[in-house]
Amino acid sequence: MDLTLKIWRQDNRKAKGRFEIYTLKNISPDSSFLEMLDVLNEQLVSGGQEPVVFDHDCREGICGTCSLYINGRAHGPDDDITTCQLHMRKFRDGDTIVIEPWRAGGFPVIKDLMVDRTAFDQILQAGGFISVNTGSARDGNGILIPKHKADEAMDAAACIGCGACVATCKNSSAMLFVAGKVSHLALLPQGRPEAVRRAKAMVAKMDELGFGACTNTGACEVECPKGVSIEHIARLNREFLLANLKS
Amino acid sequence: MASFLNSSIGKKFLMSITGLFLITFLLVHLIVNSLIIFDPTGALFNSAAHFMGSNPVIKIVEPVLAIGFILHIIYACFLTLTNQWARPVDYDKKHAGNSSTWASRNMFVLGSLILIFLIIHLSNFFWKIKFTGSEMLDQSTVDGIENAYLLVTSFFIDWWWIDLIYVLGAIVLGIHLTHAFWAAFQTLGLSNDRWRKRLEVIGWIYTIIVAGGFAVIPLWVKISSMIN
Repeated sequence: MDLTLKIWRQDNRKAKGRFEIYTLKNISPDSSFLEMLDVLNEQLVSGGQEPVVFDHDCREGICGTCSLYINGRAHGPDDDITTCQLHMRKFRDGDTIVIEPWRAGGFPVIKDLMVDRTAFDQILQAGGFISVNTGSARDGNGILIPKHKADEAMDAAACIGCGACVATCKNSSAMLFVAGKVSHLALLPQGRPEAVRRAKAMVAKMDELGFGACTNTGACEVECPKGVSIEHIARLNREFLLANLKS
Repeated sequence: MASFLNSSIGKKFLMSITGLFLITFLLVHLIVNSLIIFDPTGALFNSAAHFMGSNPVIKIVEPVLAIGFILHIIYACFLTLTNQWARPVDYDKKHAGNSSTWASRNMFVLGSLILIFLIIHLSNFFWKIKFTGSEMLDQSTVDGIENAYLLVTSFFIDWWWIDLIYVLGAIVLGIHLTHAFWAAFQTLGLSNDRWRKRLEVIGWIYTIIVAGGFAVIPLWVKISSMIN
């Protein structure tokens, strides 16, 4: 496949970025999107140019490190996958592919396509945990949890914190991420004792870090590589409203 | 309370509560207006309009309604601004239609259009009935009851572009409501994957009745005047 790439290049946090156009020839349709970028970078390095910086780690679709806004969609044109699981067969020979970093005030660009997602860690540190020393693993049936609750908690916990929800939301809202964490813990008996404090602290941190408010467009759940549903946002709203009623 | 209303979800809570209040008001408004169609003599509509203007309960609800409108508008401006600031640099290429509806992304634009319509609408009828008065209102058929029916119908009969504005207003309101209804419940936390579909269906039925009803009334008045 022959491709034209329009890629966002930015030297550092403060620099003004710009788009650069690159051409690639003979890319295998069976290669992954990140392998295609690896080929581009080898080409750039051998030509004495700076390679394009992008985030990646496991390349198995589970770590949440890769990002990229490809042709106007978070994680590219395929559904329910991260960028590393996107393959070039989803594109056509001769295509022009626009590649941009996540765009959000809460996720400043570090360099090129790499953004700083520390904000998510800060939100988690505000309350996305259970503050007791759990010791060694408990007996499997020591705490009884109804199956449907365990399933729902698991669906919420599937969030890998990649930030596609923020990237795709027209308000750069982090509600789906926060909802995933709050919902996961609120559904389980271990999470209930701190539910009130957690909902308030995590929402306050999310607002403080400059993420927008949710307008219920539902774009986040469509682009979420793990398919986390916005019913968890409804639960977050419920938890937050009740938390404010109780205290 | 202050920290609650300063939080993003707190502001959205106010949008949702005031929105649901306005949704209820629209239905009451439509029921009163539909009397224009059901009774061509206008007597029913006139007595209903008189009742709405003089009833002590409505007199209390009226300022609450005004506050509801104002809060809904102010918080919409506030939230839209903060949401815009949350993305200082926009994307070069966006494919938003893939993942959300046009209405859900343009609630502020739709709301602004509804506000323009609301101002025209209030100056057409509410202002005259409440404050300035009008010759047509004085031509009453029943003692002590203003002829609001004559004021409304002559407006729709005399100027075709008024009909156009009212039909367009109803359509824009309808598009706003397609997203508003379910979203209000979602923001209150009263939704999940099963209830979302139900609420969306109820929202669509509500939207078709309300927007359709408000669009049909001026057309009905105009067309029936042309036939007779």
